[in-house]
Amino acid sequence: MATPQAKVKNQTGLDDLGSQQYRSLRQDVWRQFKRHKGAIAGLVVLTIIVLATVLGPILWSIDPFFIETSNGNAGPSLEHPLGTDNLGRDVLARLLVGGRISLAVGFAAMIFGLIIGTGIGILSGFFRKLDGPLMRVTDLFLALPILPLLLVVILLFRETLKEAFGPELGIFLLVVFIIGVTSWMQTARVVRGDVLSIKEQEFVLAAHSIGTRKRNLIMRHILPNTLSPVMVSAALGVAVAIITESALSFLGLGFPASFPTWGRLLFDANNYIQISPVRVLAPGIMISLTVMSVNFIGDGLRDALDPKLRSKG
Amino acid sequence: MKRAKWLALFAVLALVLAACGDGDGDDATATTEDGGAVATTEAPDTPDATEPPDEGGTAGQGGELLLLQWQAVTHLNPYTGTGTKDIQAASLVIEPLVEYDADGLIVASLVTEVPSIENGGISEDLTQITYNLLPDVMWSDGSPFTSDDVVFTWEYCTGSEGCGSAAFSNVTSVVADDDLTVTVTFDGPTPWPFVPFSGGTEPIVQREQFTACMGEAFVACPANLTPIGTGPFMVTEMRVDDTVTYAYNPNYRKASEGKPFFGTATIKGGGTAEDSARSVLATGEADYGWNLQVPPEILAQMEAEGFGVVDVGFNTSVEAIRLNQTNPDGDPPSDYSGGTNPNPFFFENADLARALSMAINRDEIAAVAYGTAGTPTCNVWPVPGPALSANNDFCLVQDIDGANALLDEIGYVDTDGDGIRELPDGTPLAWDYVTSTNQVRQDTQALVESYWDQIGVDVNMRNEDAGVFFDRASDLGIWKFFTDIEMYTNTAVGADAQGYFSDYQISAMPESTNDWGGNNIERCGSEDLDATWAQLASTELTDPARNQLVIQINDLIVAYCVIPLINRGSVSAFSIELEGYGKVNGWDTEFWNIEDWRLSG
Amino acid sequence: MGRYIIRRSLFAIPTLVVIGMIIFAILDLAPGDPTSQLPLNVPVEVRDRIREALGFDDPFMVKWLKWMRLMFINEPLYAINSLFGTCFVECPEDLDRIISWSSRTPAFDIIIERIPQTVWVLGLAFILGIVIAIPVGVISAYKQYSAFDNIGTLVTMVGYSLPVFFTGLLSIVIFSVWLGWFPTFYTTTHVVDFTSWDSIWFQIKQMIMPVAVLSLFNAAALSRFTRASMLDNLNEDYVRTARSKGLGETKVVMTHVMRNSLIPVVTLIALQVPGIFAGAIITEQIFRINGLGQLLITSINSADIPMVQTLTFLFAFLIVVFNLVADVTYGALDPRIRYD
Repeated sequence: MATPQAKVKNQTGLDDLGSQQYRSLRQDVWRQFKRHKGAIAGLVVLTIIVLATVLGPILWSIDPFFIETSNGNAGPSLEHPLGTDNLGRDVLARLLVGGRISLAVGFAAMIFGLIIGTGIGILSGFFRKLDGPLMRVTDLFLALPILPLLLVVILLFRETLKEAFGPELGIFLLVVFIIGVTSWMQTARVVRGDVLSIKEQEFVLAAHSIGTRKRNLIMRHILPNTLSPVMVSAALGVAVAIITESALSFLGLGFPASFPTWGRLLFDANNYIQISPVRVLAPGIMISLTVMSVNFIGDGLRDALDPKLRSKG
Repeated sequence: MKRAKWLALFAVLALVLAACGDGDGDDATATTEDGGAVATTEAPDTPDATEPPDEGGTAGQGGELLLLQWQAVTHLNPYTGTGTKDIQAASLVIEPLVEYDADGLIVASLVTEVPSIENGGISEDLTQITYNLLPDVMWSDGSPFTSDDVVFTWEYCTGSEGCGSAAFSNVTSVVADDDLTVTVTFDGPTPWPFVPFSGGTEPIVQREQFTACMGEAFVACPANLTPIGTGPFMVTEMRVDDTVTYAYNPNYRKASEGKPFFGTATIKGGGTAEDSARSVLATGEADYGWNLQVPPEILAQMEAEGFGVVDVGFNTSVEAIRLNQTNPDGDPPSDYSGGTNPNPFFFENADLARALSMAINRDEIAAVAYGTAGTPTCNVWPVPGPALSANNDFCLVQDIDGANALLDEIGYVDTDGDGIRELPDGTPLAWDYVTSTNQVRQDTQALVESYWDQIGVDVNMRNEDAGVFFDRASDLGIWKFFTDIEMYTNTAVGADAQGYFSDYQISAMPESTNDWGGNNIERCGSEDLDATWAQLASTELTDPARNQLVIQINDLIVAYCVIPLINRGSVSAFSIELEGYGKVNGWDTEFWNIEDWRLSG
Repeated sequence: MGRYIIRRSLFAIPTLVVIGMIIFAILDLAPGDPTSQLPLNVPVEVRDRIREALGFDDPFMVKWLKWMRLMFINEPLYAINSLFGTCFVECPEDLDRIISWSSRTPAFDIIIERIPQTVWVLGLAFILGIVIAIPVGVISAYKQYSAFDNIGTLVTMVGYSLPVFFTGLLSIVIFSVWLGWFPTFYTTTHVVDFTSWDSIWFQIKQMIMPVAVLSLFNAAALSRFTRASMLDNLNEDYVRTARSKGLGETKVVMTHVMRNSLIPVVTLIALQVPGIFAGAIITEQIFRINGLGQLLITSINSADIPMVQTLTFLFAFLIVVFNLVADVTYGALDPRIRYD
């Protein structure tokens, strides 16, 4: 697939050099980013969610695993703002703890996918010899039916990893690894396209001609200039990872019951939708809000990093 | 203007797509006459279902009966099928000679009466049983049903490839004395002869149709999907793992009595137990929903909608904790080895088993995890009646203090102050506690762990996928039992305590030497057990002494091998418009009397 | 162009073989056993015979070659021969086929049964998604920052971010349980009779929820892409040129901008076709449609390895084919691209 971004990129390098004296790129991008109302709203919401899940369990001290069967399926009250589940566990406490895991999976899988994608993109763009084979591998991965294989692989290796790392960490590593390994291809293609055009620009040629070593060339000159597509990929990657994790949990193939993620909470609450609707709505809304804010941030970043739009402002 | 254009475009697209889809639909249902490309298989040689029967009556006038089995039907042959779902679906079509009613009693199905010693059907020495077949019974293709078909079913099941039924393991011959008489001979006295040809698991198949399914062809034979039967319905379309549709059988022997009432029946699969319950109880879309393992409060709330009622059928299913009598750390692990590899904790240790059992609050487990679908029990043979033991009822009331006192008394105390008791030799009472992956079981595990925690016993909860856990070949499975404690349900075939208890014999130990082939999974054996069972096996069915022997064996097993928890029922939902089904039959297929089902009013 | 297509198609074959091998190898590791679905009382000897008959204990290479032969030679032959009633190479009834472990019937027979419902629901949702997405995307871009654009952007973002399993769940409770308008399950045996309103209405009722939920999701993703592509082109020099030479606005937008912006959109649509089937896995699970996705889940749960292999390979096949289609359409639509 051809990338529409490719033709825009030949200006990026020049822009960086040109505007550096008066206003740093970072300030410039931030100025443009602030104009995107959705992106700002997304950033605020995401910050709140992250803070809530990180600090929440400390402030909201009810044990999410405490069973009190006599108080099952209770509605919202002061003691339990979101009610309790069928075994009498506090829904709010479970939601906060579950959020930690869901977000951790989202970010970890994104970082993992990004490292593979950027690495392969740069190698394949920079070294002509590697280009062919690496791109064939990328094509191959794009042609693999991801979700079916994901399901199969999880069934296959769940037990082994459970044995090795314990039920929680084992599944966590497996889910992160699998989402990462299956979501790097678009990043790799975009980065490769960028590297190909950056490679031919004067500052790279200049650096090359004064004898800069290849590793330094990549780390100092090429990598920083591929940052914009990588950041956009990162935002989208988080959203995809969170959705994939909850879909897996929803199919009953993700995290075990004793380890609540938002997807797992939704799956478990599914049948109680009429008895305690809050139990279903809460995790559903949390997943949707997180994904939405991350997507808006991605949108804002894309606009802010697009030199054509930025120069117009 | 513009909007109208888009609407028109959409309409056209929708039509085009609809037309394509329809083409596909036609393909899938229609191209089967030549037995050709398409998977949908139609029953061969079935008479036109829409034709009214000659005998008159009002059979088949009741419209459609919609049955939901969320575990979709794979085969319509219990001998090759993969579980109760298939046995149920097959029972609309093929029938056994005798079946179990909802109380677990044997009733006649394709025979004139149930054989007994009094009527001469069972020989005095308990080695032979003679069935007199009903005259004038026809297969749905119009050919007569005779004793030859019964003999064939035996041949089919015991030929070189075997149908897989264990029911014939002690049958030496099945002989047709004449067209309507057939005699089964066993290899020894068999007080409970109602195993072969009895109940939905052992129906009679037609010789003409299944001759092609002998030997190699047994596994993949097309007749497994479209059997011809003597039952009230016949298969019109079989979609594997999806939907089975049936039409009433105009040749059914009770057609003149207006049975079955329904003209067509459909068993629809897919979704979850909750989905099925919702469709019968909350939206009134279906007439019957099977195996509704749904949390009790959800079921109650759905039932309140007023479209249907929930009923539970009980049998011998008992969810129980199993204590390994052999040492899983021995060499080879969990091998009986003639009794030389005893478990350091549980081997014939009645006090420990009693303390563990006393600590459990079975009422809470039943209320939280099972609802109406389970009642607390302290016995492995939980059937109400004279054979029910009352000697273990102490367990019905949780007694943490008593359990602690008992453990103190036998010297299992916490010597190192970590909260966990130790054996006198210093080994802590800490074990792996394994079961299959299933919400109800994990809830039970969590509760049991919290009870045992209070008596200084530590367990590590583990769960394995059901496919692995119940796989004889798997190292993680119940048969090899490479751990100390497991939890699962065991069920007798019919109401036959003798057959059920034959598993608890020294000769039935799964061992490395017999490829883990025996059924004595707990390795629960003693000379006492063997002797009592031998006595049971030679006592007549009508002799009251049998009851006492059943109680004795039950008590021996419960004493140190098994901690029973819950007598599990099978939960089904029926539309309020449905009647004639009686009550849920926990002993046989729930469709055992489907010919009597009808709409009220 | 012709040579390019041939070259690409030829390249697709090794790709498929490699993918087939990967799928086969991964699944061969799976702890499945063809007899684990048999009743528990089946004796060990019978199990061993069944394993042997299915070639379960053969070495990996033997099994793989056998599977390749069934997949690439026997199944296509069977399809052709039974379609035309011929006996090309071998008669259909003599051909070995891929047999499902759990039902012990040919895997493709079951798959063919499942195709109609999957295509009905997912195909309609896909087309509906396109029909909604393109006008919304085009208008949003043309009237950038207008009320329509702002609302449209928000709605598509919401639609894009709400997971299907959440919206599906809500719609079942609202429309099936509370309002009782639509059925809670899909009747696969219903054959639509276009002369009967009842029959058509029945089909509409059972499709409306899954189609609505899925098409909202598809439309959201696609209209965002259309909008972005339109915006890219609206800022191009050729648009300014066209306007400055006095072309009417409709003509500029409809012929020049639209034509150029829809090229990547069409490619994306082609690329998304296989995605439909992957999406089927979750949608069919929620709405109880016994289609291909549901079949895959059932097969995975019952460790029916041949069925999972076949289905996964079919998904891969679709992806490869539609990648090819996307590449070729891109070339055909965009005159700037020349293949050689």
